[in-house]
Amino acid sequence: MAETICRALRDGSLEGEHAPALAIKDTIRTAFGVDVFDHVLCYMASTILAQKSQSRGLVLVALDRSPSLYLNLLKCRGIDVFDSYTWIRVLDCYTDPLGWKERVNALSQKESSETLFKDVSDLDKLFDAVIQLGKEMVGQGKARFCVAIDSASMMLRHASLSSLGSLINKLRSYDQVSSIFWLIHSDLHEIRATSVLEYMSSMVASLEPIFQSSNEQRCNSENLLSIENDTREGKFVVRLKRRNGRVKVMCEEFRVEETGIKFLAVPSESEMVNQQILPKLQFNLQLSEKERNDKENVVLPFEHQGNGQTIQIYDGRRSLTLKQNDSTTSVSVPEEPHTETDQGKGEIHYLRDSDDELPDSDEDPDDDLDI
Amino acid sequence: MEQYLSLLDQAIEEDKTRVSDGAGRVVLIQDCVETSGAFLLHHLMKRALSRESSETVIFVAFAQPFSHYDRILKKLGCNLITLSQNGRFIFFDMLKLDCPDEVGGGRTKSGLVDLFHKIHKATEVIASPETKKSCITIMIDDLSLVEVAAHGSSNYVLDFLHYCQTLTSEVGCTLILLNHEDIYSSSEQLTLNLEVEYLADIVIKAKPLATGLATDVHGQLTVLNKRSSNEHGKLKKRIHNFQFKVKENGVEYFYSGSRT
Repeated sequence: MAETICRALRDGSLEGEHAPALAIKDTIRTAFGVDVFDHVLCYMASTILAQKSQSRGLVLVALDRSPSLYLNLLKCRGIDVFDSYTWIRVLDCYTDPLGWKERVNALSQKESSETLFKDVSDLDKLFDAVIQLGKEMVGQGKARFCVAIDSASMMLRHASLSSLGSLINKLRSYDQVSSIFWLIHSDLHEIRATSVLEYMSSMVASLEPIFQSSNEQRCNSENLLSIENDTREGKFVVRLKRRNGRVKVMCEEFRVEETGIKFLAVPSESEMVNQQILPKLQFNLQLSEKERNDKENVVLPFEHQGNGQTIQIYDGRRSLTLKQNDSTTSVSVPEEPHTETDQGKGEIHYLRDSDDELPDSDEDPDDDLDI
Repeated sequence: MEQYLSLLDQAIEEDKTRVSDGAGRVVLIQDCVETSGAFLLHHLMKRALSRESSETVIFVAFAQPFSHYDRILKKLGCNLITLSQNGRFIFFDMLKLDCPDEVGGGRTKSGLVDLFHKIHKATEVIASPETKKSCITIMIDDLSLVEVAAHGSSNYVLDFLHYCQTLTSEVGCTLILLNHEDIYSSSEQLTLNLEVEYLADIVIKAKPLATGLATDVHGQLTVLNKRSSNEHGKLKKRIHNFQFKVKENGVEYFYSGSRT
């Protein structure tokens, strides 16, 4: 699944369509969204370097972690950052997001791939800065770039939900943006805020604990320090929205290791997804091949059968035609006059209640049968 | 005794892989009314100021005056007056800080911004090439009173914390925060607590003994070390549970059931 979403981001957008957008969301119980973000970031960086991706460059909006940490991360994962200036630009909203450090005047002049941004609350300015960085990197032509935002939660703290929505919308619909992905800590916001961002994304990857707690309350520290949290594993649930509106849900497991996050296929994946979608039923909706054959072989007892004579199974329409032919009878008639030949054996007679009981092929003929 | 002490130290042990990045850590101590976590702050302060280490502590006090910490640390074997004269202990008395949030929609924030400037200047002086570069620990006692000083604006407090966090990557200092967990009951206020939990690399939680009162055990600690790894870069256990007994001149840490 992780592979699928990464490929979707790599392939980018079609002409005249919005860029694919991935929302990675986690909670304090499974706070490994950062690891998924790093995984996607490294994947995109390596495909951009290998020129396998639609985007020719990557603009990273760093709010949560320092830009140098990201460059170190890429280096650690074996990605060549020697000429990073040509394919990655970091908009540094981490070092001084509100301009507090102006008066201290202690910032060393940043160069190369990092650009300082000092007013995170103004998302219009931030949009212009992202686009400018992207254009500087890939040029004005048709070449595209990918945008990564490492903390939508941080943006929501400084700006309103509508302005963040507008920023993401503008980025997605911008011609030169091939794909966009962001991380959000869903328990820090109202459900409304997370939903809005999910509507705006074509893919949602949510990290959930393997053991769901019975209490569906908001996560708190009890959860954070609970024993089952002493693991670096969880469920990775991906929701893909197709162009035609179809939504596909997939699930796998992840484990965070020293070299990064690893994704493992869940053995009974389709069953799990089915369980999540279908309401809880106490019976099977589907029949197996054997069950279907057995069912077809069952001889229904509501009309007299056997005796070497032709088996006549109740067929409303045919009996109606019969009745129409035999217009003399008006009340109930025994349909099969076998009684004289089957003495000493159990017999089942079917008597039509009345002629106004209209046969209907849609009705279950066994509806009132009490066996 | 040394072995017991090391139980907490083991749990919050440095992440060997992250030291190479030069980035410091954020440690959050959470306590509750029944069990104060102040002793952990004193323990970590003593550890940082011990003779073996060359760390400098910047202490931002919202809860208690200097004399309070001085008396406690004296019993633990540290003289704060001497250390502050040597420049190893910098104390910011913020007991009377009053910094209302944005005034009239403008950006006239002062109190916490000024405080950050002071801390930043102090770290620059300590980490400057002229002085011998040493590790820096910034301690804030406690967050709930920072929020009180900010007139309840948790966003303002979080901005301040973010700026303090930037120092961990700029000069590699450690940030230690004390906060009370049980004062955030409503979901709106819970956000501050959650935000700080996301921010922290290590969460230490002090709780009363789950099985009730005991004379020999004063409470239990749960330590979550989000990114702990050993010298081979292998990830270690994240959660450590043990109990403690606060004594006059130190604290004993021991596993549950190991005391008779």
